[in-house]
Amino acid sequence: MRIIEKSQLMTATEIDRTLQRLAHEIVEKSGGTANLALIGIRRRGVPLANRIAQAMRGIDGVDVPVGTLDITLYRDDLSKVAAHAILQSSEIPFSVDDKDLVLVDDVLYTGRTIRAAMNGLFDLGRPKRVRLCVLIDRGHRELPVEASFVGRSVQTSDTEIVEVRLNEIDREERVVLVERAS
Amino acid sequence: MSHRFGHMLGIEPLSAEEIVFLLDQSKPFQEIQRHPLKKLATLRGKTVALAFFEPSTRTRISFATAASRLGADQMNLQAESSSLKKGESLLDTVRTLDAMKPDCIVIRHSSSGAPDFVARHLPLPVINAGDGTHEHPTQALLDALTIRDRRGTLDGLNVTILGDILHSRVARSNIHLLAKFGCRFTLCGPAMWLPKELECLGPPGTSIRRITRITEALEGADVILTLRVQQERLHEPALPLDEYILQYQLTAERLRLARPGALVLHPGPMVRGLEIDPAVADGPQSCVLEQVTNGLAVRMALLFLMIGGADAPPEKDSSHAAD
Repeated sequence: MRIIEKSQLMTATEIDRTLQRLAHEIVEKSGGTANLALIGIRRRGVPLANRIAQAMRGIDGVDVPVGTLDITLYRDDLSKVAAHAILQSSEIPFSVDDKDLVLVDDVLYTGRTIRAAMNGLFDLGRPKRVRLCVLIDRGHRELPVEASFVGRSVQTSDTEIVEVRLNEIDREERVVLVERAS
Repeated sequence: MSHRFGHMLGIEPLSAEEIVFLLDQSKPFQEIQRHPLKKLATLRGKTVALAFFEPSTRTRISFATAASRLGADQMNLQAESSSLKKGESLLDTVRTLDAMKPDCIVIRHSSSGAPDFVARHLPLPVINAGDGTHEHPTQALLDALTIRDRRGTLDGLNVTILGDILHSRVARSNIHLLAKFGCRFTLCGPAMWLPKELECLGPPGTSIRRITRITEALEGADVILTLRVQQERLHEPALPLDEYILQYQLTAERLRLARPGALVLHPGPMVRGLEIDPAVADGPQSCVLEQVTNGLAVRMALLFLMIGGADAPPEKDSSHAAD
C-alpha cells in the first residue's frame, strides 16, 4: 500500500497566518480572557496550541495557559491502535473547573477524537465551557461535534487523508492531501 | 518504540528497553491517581481474573483496583475459600476460570513456576503476581519506578538487600531488573539466608556480594531494599527474632552509614520494630507509600498494554489514527 501526495493545501506561511487569525478570533469571541485556557490534543494539537497562545501574547500581552491532553485511554477504537500505541501523559497544570476551555487539534474528521478529549477533560473537573479550534475541518462527521474556530474547511473523500506537518514534530511545515493507493 | 507482552511471568527474560518502556508507560497512570475522577473506560467490557492461591492483601487489592480504575470487571479467587481445599488441581481450577472467558489471569501461587505452567496450558495472557521463591515482576517494576522517580536514573546504583533473601522472590526480581542497568548488589542477612548460588543471579558480570555484617553491607548504598522476616516460609527461624533485630534491624543510626539520601524501600507489609526501625519507616528516605501508589500505576499500565484493545475488525481510519 502506497501513499500518494495529491495536493498541498497550506504552505508554511499560510499556516502561520491562519494561526494568527485564529488567535485573534478566539480572543475576540471569548468576552474576556481571564478564565480562558487552551488544551492541545496530542500530538499535533500541542504545538498548534502553543503557537496560538504565543500569538495571543502578541495581542495586548494576553497570557493564556496551555495544557496538553493524551486521549489514548479514552479512544473508542483502541483496537486499531492498541498494538503500537505509546501512552503519553496529559499535562494540565491548572484546574479545569469553571474554565473557558478551547480544545486545539490539527484535523477535525469523524469527531471521535474530540469526544474522547471531552471524556478526558471531564474526568478532571467541570469546565464552564468547551469549544473547539482546528486547523483543518475535513468533514465526514460521525458524531455531533462542531468546531467554533476553523482554519480552513476542505472537501475530502474517504480514501483521502489530510496530513498536517509541523516543524516541531515532522521537521517540515505544510498541510497535504494524500491518498492510499493499493 | 512500542512493546507488547503476551505474558508477564518474570523480569529475567525482559530487555532493559522493555523495562524502560513499561516504566514510561506507567507515568500516565501515576498522573491519573491525582484526578478527582480516577475511573477510565479503557478496559470496559474486559474481565481480569484474579487467582490468588496464596494469601495476599496489598497485591490483590492493587491488581483489583488497577482493573477497576481501567473500567474492567473482575473474577476473584481467594485461597482460603477456594475449591483447592476440596482437592481440585491447579489446572482444573484455572480451566474453570478460563471457561468463563476472562481476558487475562493474574496468578499468585506458592509454587515457583505455577504461572508458567498455567501459561503453557491456557490460551490466555498470564500475569505473575508472585510465584514461590521465583519472581514477583510487578513488585520489581514498581520498585524501579520509585527509584527512578526519586533518583532520576537506575544506572549503576549500589543496592543493598537486607533480610531473608533465600526465600525472597522480591529480591530475585529486583536483582534481575536492576542488574540490567549495571547496578551492584550487596546481599545481607544471616548466613543461612545467603546461599552462594545467589551470586549467579543476573546476567554474567553482575556484581553481587554476600555480607553478614549489616554495618559493612550498608556502606556506600544508594538503595536499601528491606525484606520482611517471612515466618510462614520458614520451618525454623535462622535466628531467634530478638537476635535478628539486634543484628539486622535497619535503624536510623545504621542508615547513616549508607550514602546521604539513600532510598529505603520495603515491599510490605512492614513489621515496625522488627526488620525496620519506625523512625526509618516514617523518615524522609522511606519510599514505602510511593511504592504502593506506583504499584497501582505499574499494574494499570501492564493491564492496559496486555489486554487493551479488542480483536475488532479494522474500520475506516481517522487521519493520523495513532497520533
